Amino acid sequence: MPAERLVLAEDNALLRAGLTQLLEGSGFVVARAVDNAVELDEALLEPDLDGAVLDVRMPPTFTDEGLRAAIEVRARRPGFPVLVLSQYVEQLYARELLASGEGAVGYLLKDRVSDVREFVDGVRRVLAGGTVLDPEVVATVMARQRDQPLDRLTSREREVLGLMAEGRSNASIGSSLHVTEKAVAKHINSIFAKLDLPVDLEVNRRVQAVLAYLRL
Amino acid sequence: MSDPNPVPTQERAQPGRLLLTAYAAEQVLWMVPLVVGLVLFLVGGLLVVVWVGVLLVAAAIPLIRGLTHRQRHIAGRVLGVDLPSPYRPTPDGGPLIQLRSVLLDPMTWRDLVWILWAITVGWAISLLVIVLLLAVATGFFWWFGCYPLMWMRSQVDRVLLTYGNTETLERRVAALTRSRAEAVDHSAAELRRLERDLHDGTQARLVAVSMSLGMAEELFERDPEAARRTVSEARAATSAAIADLRSVVRGIHPPVLADRGLDGAIRALALDMAVPVQVVGELAGRPPAPIESAVYFAVAECLANSAKHAGHQQAWVELSHVDSPQGRVLRVVVGDDGRGGADVDAGTGMRGVMRRLAAFDGTMTVSSPDGGPTIVTLEVPCLLSGSSSPRTTPSSAPA
Repeated sequence: MPAERLVLAEDNALLRAGLTQLLEGSGFVVARAVDNAVELDEALLEPDLDGAVLDVRMPPTFTDEGLRAAIEVRARRPGFPVLVLSQYVEQLYARELLASGEGAVGYLLKDRVSDVREFVDGVRRVLAGGTVLDPEVVATVMARQRDQPLDRLTSREREVLGLMAEGRSNASIGSSLHVTEKAVAKHINSIFAKLDLPVDLEVNRRVQAVLAYLRL
Repeated sequence: MSDPNPVPTQERAQPGRLLLTAYAAEQVLWMVPLVVGLVLFLVGGLLVVVWVGVLLVAAAIPLIRGLTHRQRHIAGRVLGVDLPSPYRPTPDGGPLIQLRSVLLDPMTWRDLVWILWAITVGWAISLLVIVLLLAVATGFFWWFGCYPLMWMRSQVDRVLLTYGNTETLERRVAALTRSRAEAVDHSAAELRRLERDLHDGTQARLVAVSMSLGMAEELFERDPEAARRTVSEARAATSAAIADLRSVVRGIHPPVLADRGLDGAIRALALDMAVPVQVVGELAGRPPAPIESAVYFAVAECLANSAKHAGHQQAWVELSHVDSPQGRVLRVVVGDDGRGGADVDAGTGMRGVMRRLAAFDGTMTVSSPDGGPTIVTLEVPCLLSGSSSPRTTPSSAPA
């Protein structure tokens, strides 16, 4: 399988170089690394791309152009994998990214990059169509009072769903909850059933469950 | 003479002679209620040691204010300007608290002086206008005299019943001095808080990082495994320092406020609350940055308070930019269906909000009867800048 070709947008030169090195070292090809939204829009027009890693705040306005570029490119190319990195995370932005109802979205704090293995794993999951949300976003959702239809879930199932939203694999969920992978699979099946998710591809059902979790 | 109360008025017709005479007749008839009001007030004042005196004063005040209100309207029509009500707003509370505030209002006492004028010279002038018309032979004097006479009377009414230029400015200066002192105090306190947050949080953690790295440097030769552990501890401490820094930045100016403006930032805030918060209304533009930030933190404080104390099922925030007597006003209403009984003076948070808004002539009013609902209204006079903040999606999910 040829290496995946990514666009990288990050305005800080040090971070851009670091991320390029990190991604190339992990077997991806950084097709283009840009430092502003104008060049990013141009770079995203290239047809031969497998995904993008974007910083939220960039020139020219230093607000949320990375996020807007992500939403625009996904409107044009539905399901185009995008991982958005930010100095801070907002539930609002997570919802906007996921509003189209497709997976292949990641939304992480920039400092998660420091855990290289986890980060690269996240990139792979997004490229494979999964959803990777920052634990900080998940924590604010968890803190919320239960609401329809999630109140049908047990508290353990909600925990599992939260870890699914972070993009974790069954094995990794099992090890952080100290249960077997089989038990995790059972919880997940029960979540799918309670949320009335149609029998479909496993990846897609996981994404739908996460969307329900964010009350989209 | 310049207008002491610079309220713009629409072009309006000068009242005709017959209307002026009708005003004069009305003023002549006021003799009776004015005397009643004055006597009630004075007798009540003398008897104030017994309860009945308080009741008499309390009865006289609405009567007197009703008449002065009408007189301001008439004088305003005659002079072609708006004369706004100059009374202080009455505070919430029992009747005695309200009465006390009314008696401390200097305008209450000026009303009494005005009564003395309105039942003597003023009354005579109004009477003269009527007599000039009724005694047909003097119709010529009425035709040319009625406007100057009523104008003269209205000028005196205006001087007595509204604050003049100097008084208005003095009051404004006093209010500005107070709000400036509070704004300075507030920003000094904010700087102290920032210094503490950075010193206790970020700085302390960076010291720990540098210590761990120093130790690792020593260990590499002797015990590579321990060195590796120390480096990974250092990495964890770096993450914690970044998280600290992030929360400090949020406290200074939340990034989402810069990205999305006030309505977007409040929607983001609402999503992070533990109970559902409904956000309604959108602003057509952006208020000036300092106001935007003050209002954002005010709303954050209100929502945090209601989450802490109200025990509510849901809360809501309404945003609007409306016309008011003070011009265009940014109005934000924060409400919850909790148990009510919120006390503004109980916590320092709400007082801080009031002080911060006061720097922009903003106000905060709280209505929180026992049993709820609690409704906090924030109002800041300001204009919105033309362009709206860019919106990414047609509409974000309901908050």
